[in-house]
Amino acid sequence: MNEPILSSGVSRRAFLGLSGGAAAGLALAACGGGKSASDAAGGAGAAPTTSFSGTYSGPAVTLSYWNGFTGGDGPFMTKMVQEFMKENPNITIKANTVQWAQYYQRMPAAVTAGKGPDVGVMHLDQLATNAARKVIVPVDDVAKAIGLEESDFTKQVWEAGIYQNARYGIPLDVHSLAMFYNTDDMKKAGLDKPPTDAASYMAALDKFKAAGMDQPFWMPTRWPDHLMFLSLLWQNGGEPYSADGTKATFDSDAGIKALTWMADIVNKGYSPKNLGPDTEYVAFKNKKYPLHWNGIWQINDLKSSGVPFALAPIPQIGDRPAAWANSHNFYVTRQATQDDNKLQASKVFIDWISKKSAEWAGAGMVPARKSVRETEAVKNSIQGPIAEQIDNLHFLPPIPGVGDVQAQTLEIAVSDGITGKRPPAQALKEEAAKASQLMEANKKKFGAS
Amino acid sequence: MAAAVELADTDARPPGRARKGPGVAPWVFLAPYLVLFLGFVIAPAVYGFYISLHDYDYTLPGKPFVGLDNYAKLFSSDSVLFSDFWNSMRATGIFTLFSVPLLLAVPLAVALLMNQKFWGRNLFRAVYFAPYVLGVAVVAVLWRFLLDSNIGLVNQYLGALGLPDSVAWLTTTPAAWVSLVGVTVWWTLGFNAVIYLAGLQDIAPELYESAKVDGANAWQRFWHVTIPGLRPVLSFVTMVTIIASANMFGQSYLMTQGAPGQETRTAIYFITDTGLRNYQMGDAAAMSYVLTVALMLLSIAVFWIFREKERS
Repeated sequence: MNEPILSSGVSRRAFLGLSGGAAAGLALAACGGGKSASDAAGGAGAAPTTSFSGTYSGPAVTLSYWNGFTGGDGPFMTKMVQEFMKENPNITIKANTVQWAQYYQRMPAAVTAGKGPDVGVMHLDQLATNAARKVIVPVDDVAKAIGLEESDFTKQVWEAGIYQNARYGIPLDVHSLAMFYNTDDMKKAGLDKPPTDAASYMAALDKFKAAGMDQPFWMPTRWPDHLMFLSLLWQNGGEPYSADGTKATFDSDAGIKALTWMADIVNKGYSPKNLGPDTEYVAFKNKKYPLHWNGIWQINDLKSSGVPFALAPIPQIGDRPAAWANSHNFYVTRQATQDDNKLQASKVFIDWISKKSAEWAGAGMVPARKSVRETEAVKNSIQGPIAEQIDNLHFLPPIPGVGDVQAQTLEIAVSDGITGKRPPAQALKEEAAKASQLMEANKKKFGAS
Repeated sequence: MAAAVELADTDARPPGRARKGPGVAPWVFLAPYLVLFLGFVIAPAVYGFYISLHDYDYTLPGKPFVGLDNYAKLFSSDSVLFSDFWNSMRATGIFTLFSVPLLLAVPLAVALLMNQKFWGRNLFRAVYFAPYVLGVAVVAVLWRFLLDSNIGLVNQYLGALGLPDSVAWLTTTPAAWVSLVGVTVWWTLGFNAVIYLAGLQDIAPELYESAKVDGANAWQRFWHVTIPGLRPVLSFVTMVTIIASANMFGQSYLMTQGAPGQETRTAIYFITDTGLRNYQMGDAAAMSYVLTVALMLLSIAVFWIFREKERS
C-alpha cells in the first residue's frame, strides 16, 4: 500500500480553444465524457462525436499509456511502442506498466483524479465494469476506421467488448488456459502425444506414475485454479453466471462435477496437498513434474527457464471441448476526451498497434483477428495449437463488477474444494448464494441496463 | 505579528498581577503541528465517518445516504459482509494474541543479552536490528519461498534433520499462524529491542550495585531493579506492539493471501479488499470505525493495567 503510484502523468485541462474546426462537436464530447460523473449519470457515457481519420497531424502531444505487461510480454510491447514513436514523431508515448493485480485498483482512481492513462490496455472482462464506472469511453469510430468487422473475430470476443450497445474495447489478442507438458518426462513415460480427453488423461497420469513420477499433475489452490474450474464448468455444459447478470450459477451440477474432478486429483494422490501460491509454476519450471495447466502468457518465461516443454489445448474432461480465455483490449479514457489532440492521437496509436498484432504474437499471445491468426507465422508458433482451438474458448460475460464478485466467491469456493476445507458441492452452493447477493447489489449500484 | 505583540504584552506585565489566561501564545506554538493534525488526522477521520454513512463508490455518480445501514450490516448475521468481517476480526485477534507476548518477551531477552559486555557486541546489535530495515514486501516474498511446503528451504532442512518435512506452512492453519507470527517476530523484534536497550541503559548502575550489596541474586536484580526501571518503556512498547499487530496486513496479503480459504485474512486486509478492490467504500469506512473503536477500548485497558501497577 505504501508504494508510490508510478505514473506522474501530466494533469491537463482541455484546451479546446486551440483545436480548429471541430471545436463545437468537441466541446460537447468533452462535457459528456469529462465532467464529474454526476453530470453524465444518464447514458452509458457520451460517445465522442468527432470522426476518426486514422492520422494525426496536430501539435506534438504526449500520451499516457498504461498496461500490465510485466512478464515475458513486456519487451514486445516496449519495442512496438518505440517503433510507433519513430513513425509518429509528434506523438510521444509515456508508458506506465503496473502489475495487473493492482492495475484495476489504480487505474479508475487515477483517471478520476485526472492523472491516469489517456489510452491503455485492459482485459475483456474488465471493460463492462469500467464502462459502467465511466472510466472509459466508447471507441466505435476507431473500430470502424480500423475496419474491424465481426466476421474477423470469434463471436464471444466481439460481443464481450460491447456494453449497452457501444463498443469499449479494441481487441488485441486472445489468451487462454492451456496444458504445458514436459517433453522429456513424456519420453520417459513412453507417451508420444499429449492426452486429449478424460480417459487418456488419467491413463497418462498413471503412466507417469509408473515411470517414477509420483505426483505428475500439481493442482494449485490459488491462481489459476479458478480458471481451470471455469474451463471444466464450460466443458460440462455449465455457465458461471446468468446472462442477465443477476445470479451466480456456478453451483450447478456441471460445476460440482468440475470441482469434484479437481479435488479428486489431489485426493487420489496425483498432486501434493495444499500447494502455496505459485508453487506449482515454480516446480514445473524446475522440472519437478510433467503436466501443468496455465495461461499461454507464460510461454516466454518458460522458454527462458530452460524446461523442455510443449503446449496443447487442455484435455476435454467434460462432454465438449472448452477452455477459459481472456483478451487484451485497448481503451480510451474519459480523461483523454478532455483534449481533442490526445483523443485523436490515442486512436492513431490504437489503430497502429492493432494492425501489428502479428508481431504481438511473439509475446506468446494469439492474435484476436482471424486474418492475422491464420498466417503461417502464428500457426507455427508455440501457441499455434491454441490458435486453432479458438472457437472452443469461453470468456466471462460483460457484467459490471463480475471480476470482484468472482474474487470473493467463486475463487474461494474452488480453493476450499481443492484443499478439502469444504466438500465441493457445499463450497459452491454457499459461495454461489453469496455471489448472487453481491450481483444483485451490483446491479442496483451500476444501474440496470 | 499579533502573536508577537501578545507575547510582548504578557512579558511586560509586572509580576504578581493576576493573569487572565495563557492567551493565544500556546496556540501559536501548537499551530504547525495542529495544522498537520487537523489536515491529515481529524479531517480524514471526519470525512471517513461521512463516507461510512453513504453507499459510497467514488467512480459512480450516485452516492446515496444510507444512515447507519453500513454499520447495521456488520452486526446482522444475514448480510453478506457479516461472516467475512467477523472472520477477519477474528484473524486479527488471533494474530495479536500470539504475536504481542512474543514481541514483548523475545526483544527483552535480546536487549538484556545485548546489554552485556562481550566481544562483537555491536555486530550482534546490528544483526538483530537488520531485518527491521527491510520492507514488508521483501520480508514476505523472501519467507514465502523459504516456507513453501513443496519447494521451500525450511521443509528441506527439516527433512534433512529427520523431522517432519511436509508441513504446509502457508496453506493450512495453525501452521500458517505459526509462520505469520514467527516471521513478524523475526522482522520487528529489532525495533522493540532497541527501545528496551535504551531503557536498560537509563537504569542507574548504582541500583544494581546496592542490590548486589544487599545480596540480591541475578534473578532478584532482574525482577526488582530491571523490570520496575523499564516500566514506562514497557507500557510504550506494549501499546505500540498491540497497535502494530492489530494493523497487520502485508504479511498475510503477500505470504498466505489469506489462505487457507480466508482464514488468515486480517481486518485491515478485508477493509482494503472491500474499499479499494470492490469500491464499497461506505462499508469499508464503517468497518474501519468498528476496528478503531475496538482498538481504543483495548488501549484503554492497557493503560489501566499499567496504571494499576504503578499505584501498588
